Amino acid sequence: MFKAFCCIVMRDLTLAMRRRTDVLTTLFFFIIVVSLFPLGTGTEKVILQKIAPGVAWVAALLASMLALERLFASDFADGTLEQLLLTPQPLFVLVLGKVLAHWLLTGLPLVLIAPLVGLQYYLPNDAVITMMLALLIGTPVLSLIGAIGAALTLGLRGGGILLSLLILPLYIPVMIYGAGVVSASAIGTTDLQAYFSILSGFLILALVLSPIATAAALRISVE
Amino acid sequence: MSINWFKYSSPATFYPLAGKMIPFFGWLTAILMAGGLYWGFFETPDRLSDQKEYYRIIYIHVGAAWMSMWLYIMMAAWALAGLVLQTRLSFMIAKAIAPTGAIATFLALWTGAFWGETSWGTWWDWDPRMTSELILLFLYMGYMALQSAIDDPRRADRAAALLALVGLVCVPIIFWSINCPDPNECAALHQTSNPGGGNMEPNILIAMLVTALAFWMYSFVAILMRVRNIILERERHTTWVKELLEKNK
Repeated sequence: MFKAFCCIVMRDLTLAMRRRTDVLTTLFFFIIVVSLFPLGTGTEKVILQKIAPGVAWVAALLASMLALERLFASDFADGTLEQLLLTPQPLFVLVLGKVLAHWLLTGLPLVLIAPLVGLQYYLPNDAVITMMLALLIGTPVLSLIGAIGAALTLGLRGGGILLSLLILPLYIPVMIYGAGVVSASAIGTTDLQAYFSILSGFLILALVLSPIATAAALRISVE
Repeated sequence: MSINWFKYSSPATFYPLAGKMIPFFGWLTAILMAGGLYWGFFETPDRLSDQKEYYRIIYIHVGAAWMSMWLYIMMAAWALAGLVLQTRLSFMIAKAIAPTGAIATFLALWTGAFWGETSWGTWWDWDPRMTSELILLFLYMGYMALQSAIDDPRRADRAAALLALVGLVCVPIIFWSINCPDPNECAALHQTSNPGGGNMEPNILIAMLVTALAFWMYSFVAILMRVRNIILERERHTTWVKELLEKNK
């Protein structure tokens, strides 16, 4: 079972490495969205510091959501997905493998690029480190929840827009606490334990429930 | 004697049953609504604490808000029943509930905006309850959008049902996190916007409960009518629908 999991992760990573632009597109989408806000709101330091956590998180939500469409689409198109559904290994393990690979390609780069946001928005160093930690815990939740939506909208006309309608409301809790912890850290609060506990709680809950729901959704969509 | 619990789970037997239930709930709606509004307008004081006549929007607002939440739970419950028991009718009922729930949610937001404008001086405030209600509207919209985006009714039903269940798991978490954005200061979840059922004028409370009940009965009417339409649309190739149409010609 674990072998199948590793096999799926390696396969998806290899496929992505053959087409590197897909990964870079998501990353640059995030950078562009984050860079556009100061042009719209004015570049005053106080305002930017205030909106930085929210902007970074909304940009992260949108970036991870845009990338979701590709999670199952190409496997669905070439028939690989049907073969995955027929394998003797439990489907949720394979789903978890695909989500992990997807997060490594779209979530992790966002975590690593976060210091750039800190520079652009004049955030203190502590807040930048907090933001990276929050993104590290939060972005896997986004990928996990999003996988359910990606499976439900598989092969539909206008799937991308529909996906955003289904998934964005479910992202709200992660965004509230993810942005909340950065704001708290930016104004100098040191006791951030509660935020990280809640975010980790979301991650555990999503890890347990989402692969099962995604597997069920895939069976509904492909049958 | 054995009871056939699934007698009415077939669309063919449920269709006439729903037809018989609609007038019953319809009259109940009319009587309760008329009675509740009469009581609310003529038997109650002109003021509720510091609010003047305009507080009477409560008779629409509270009923709509309660129904919006209750109908989402019911929609998810029928969706679950459909997924577990594989009954087509359950999915049809879940599908029929969604528009009524969305309308109730919209009505709650709309009347809330008017009430807010008169009592707080603002149409919209990022108050936790209002935000939660807005998110609920998004969830209903997502359900209906997914349902209508899929052509195959079997897949549409099951996909939307799964979405409703995922939503049901997320709803408490979403509402809780909106209520309490700072986890370090979360001792009190109580809000000032709550008029407080305990110290409310009894006549106002009675009128409010009666109109809320009327909203509930109205939901039965609207949902049953919509279920009948969905049944006819989906079962149009079956012989019993054709016979029904022949009879009514």
